[in-house]
Amino acid sequence: MTHAVLSIADLSVALPAGGDRAHAVQGVSLDIRAGQTLCVVGESGSGKSVMATSVMGLLDKALRPDAGQILLKGESLLDAAPARLRQLRGQAMGMVFQEPMTALNPVMTCGDQVDELLATHTDWSAARRRAEILQVFERVRLPEPERMLRSYPHQLSGGQRQRIVIAMAVILKPALLICDEPTTALDVTTQKEILRLIADLQREQGSAVLFITHDMGVVAEIADEVLVMHQGRAVECGPKDEVLRRPREAYTRQLLAAVPGMTPPAPRPEPSGAALLSGQGVGKTYIARDWLGRARPTQALRDAAVAVRAGETVGIVGESGSGKSTFARCLIRLIDPSEGQIRWGQDEVAALPENRLRPLRHRVQVVFQDPNRSLNPRRTVGQSMVEGAMNFGQSRAEAEALAVALMAQVRLPVEALQRYPSQFSGGQRQRLAIARALACKPQVLVADEAVSALDVSVQAQILKLLREAQDRLGLGLLFITHDLRVAAQLCDRVIVMHQGRIVEQGATAALYANPQQDYTRRLFDAAPAALPPMEGTLA
Amino acid sequence: MKSVVRKLLAHSAIRFGMSVLGLLILLAALAPWLGTVDPAAMDSANINTQAGVAGQFTLLDGTSLAHTFWMGSDNFGRDIYSRVLYGTRVSLLVGLLTAVVALLAGGLLGMLAGYFRTLDMVLMRFMDGLMAIPAILLAIALVAAMGAKLWTVIVAIAIPEIPRVTRLVRSLVLTLREEPFVEAAKALATPTPVILLRHILPNAMAPLIVQGTFIAASAVLTEAILSFLGLGLPADIPTWGNIMAEGRVQFTQYPGNVLFPALFLVPTVLAINLLGDGLRDVLDPKFAKRSAG
Repeated sequence: MTHAVLSIADLSVALPAGGDRAHAVQGVSLDIRAGQTLCVVGESGSGKSVMATSVMGLLDKALRPDAGQILLKGESLLDAAPARLRQLRGQAMGMVFQEPMTALNPVMTCGDQVDELLATHTDWSAARRRAEILQVFERVRLPEPERMLRSYPHQLSGGQRQRIVIAMAVILKPALLICDEPTTALDVTTQKEILRLIADLQREQGSAVLFITHDMGVVAEIADEVLVMHQGRAVECGPKDEVLRRPREAYTRQLLAAVPGMTPPAPRPEPSGAALLSGQGVGKTYIARDWLGRARPTQALRDAAVAVRAGETVGIVGESGSGKSTFARCLIRLIDPSEGQIRWGQDEVAALPENRLRPLRHRVQVVFQDPNRSLNPRRTVGQSMVEGAMNFGQSRAEAEALAVALMAQVRLPVEALQRYPSQFSGGQRQRLAIARALACKPQVLVADEAVSALDVSVQAQILKLLREAQDRLGLGLLFITHDLRVAAQLCDRVIVMHQGRIVEQGATAALYANPQQDYTRRLFDAAPAALPPMEGTLA
Repeated sequence: MKSVVRKLLAHSAIRFGMSVLGLLILLAALAPWLGTVDPAAMDSANINTQAGVAGQFTLLDGTSLAHTFWMGSDNFGRDIYSRVLYGTRVSLLVGLLTAVVALLAGGLLGMLAGYFRTLDMVLMRFMDGLMAIPAILLAIALVAAMGAKLWTVIVAIAIPEIPRVTRLVRSLVLTLREEPFVEAAKALATPTPVILLRHILPNAMAPLIVQGTFIAASAVLTEAILSFLGLGLPADIPTWGNIMAEGRVQFTQYPGNVLFPALFLVPTVLAINLLGDGLRDVLDPKFAKRSAG
């Protein structure tokens, strides 16, 4: 066995007193050899990022490692002086973070930022540095390296920015590359390219890669070894195939089972009846004016149509900027469409003023993406729950009785009504948001990326909850998501959007089996690899 | 809520500011019982008494009583100690009410400008215009126009502060109106005024309170400046500013007439500012320190 590049033995990192547990990371050991990729996978709060930051020596001051050791090529990092750590970062270990926009300095050109790194760590001449930067930009496959050199981060796309960050991480050919959720903020097609790039670079220079992710699909794609973490402890560690196909631990099994598959389930019978929510030729044009008052229109949405019937789930999928959220917001009339018809039941609402819209608003309700911000932090859950029902004419007593009943439906204790949103976890808050929407007795529920910010196991619970509510109340569900796997599991019909237009739509099973359009095919190809079937279960 | 109170009390700047202000409020409230005489009463027998001298003070109705001139008397024979203590009432009242007036008016205008895009342009250009006039000049002009009474002085000091509050509230509303919980309220058919009062205002309160303390501090100072310039409250109402103004002519012989009110003014402004700094640290997460030191 060759010598490990990074070796962590029995690492524990203490949390400040008063937290929900004593250690962020407890007794974790791992080894990565040159040319190997170790994926650390776990849900939020599992301690995976804390472990990565302790390797880099960038831990928050409130956290302190209190046991174990971290060896980088035999050198102890926990005992290293700050100056030595600075030297090692960049030279012996490169880092790629989740959000490239915040990892780069917005007021420096990309070229200058990479140059600063080289000037710090090498004694190369300016000409040599420039040549090296151009070369590394080629290696990370940035188009027009010369132009990239002079560009500011905001002038590049998300994928290009991440390539710059990767270029900075690999330019000094570090022995260890640490990637902390490097593709989480990116679209699937971009994610695919970045993952391939990381794998290629690793092969070229034989680095060891420590890859932090929450996405089992990404693990299946790039890992050699997998470490599963839960509540700060290592649950299971082993070669990828072992862990994904023959998980030993119940937690790993549960985590894998919660990942939705790309294969849609058998179709449900098609609902009959009139559409409860429909749009025809909906468009939205934003007009920006320059200082002379000249209009510069941007078409965010063009000629979009949808119809949602009772008991049916329609999915809208697309990457960021595809117009799917704009479309949803137009349909709920949170923004005013520039053109087209929108019907809630029989009523045409596209041009209705807010005061005439209000009595109809109970028909269409909405659940948003970010559970942290979808409930007013200054009001108790109970106050938030009764607001809608009381707006639609119920008395306080009726609304409160309804809120109590809804708590049971979303499986939260009745005492929850007296608490503030900050006292709940993300998944619980999302249940509260669903309960708040259901309190208005809607006909259609619009879920705008409602499970995208949640861990897979929580995601599965919320999806189940939505399904139950749909079956019980005959709700029409309009489900906006960027996650093709979730859409496959939940939706009866799927609409694919790209650049403000509907590209393709159809019954889920047919669409996934046989996409007609180029763009749809590319989108489906880019989705992270399907997990290999677990042995010993009927998956 | 309990933890917020505990955090506030744990902050040394807040503790200091609250103690100083508490002491001043106590002094102002108990002024009649702290060995003072009528602050407007002039006793020709006690003109320019030195600080700390004990003697007899004859009131306007002719009654005479034993009195110690802790801070001396001025050239009209008025007791400086009494005037400074009663002046505390005026200063604290002006500080508090100015902050309230500026926050109410600025808060309302800011919410309107932030939430209704059509009003924004007109309102904000007007505010820009108002901000172009130096605050003290504007206050002087307003007092001159409205006459010097307690409420006119408060309004005159508050008006120049309104544009700053409006800008602050507007920027807060612009971010808050995009919050999902505000959009959810809109989808729940909550009427717009209720959205503003129930969902937006409470979430903008923390920075508003902080801004309010800074306005109060500067109002205390501005009132003193106006009074010093002879444009503030009429001479029969004692304020720190007009005590100093009247003491100025004799400053070289009787420096106490200026120094004693200043000894109250400086800690008051300092205490309110420290309180504001502390509140900002605790209430506004953007300025929150990483770990409480």
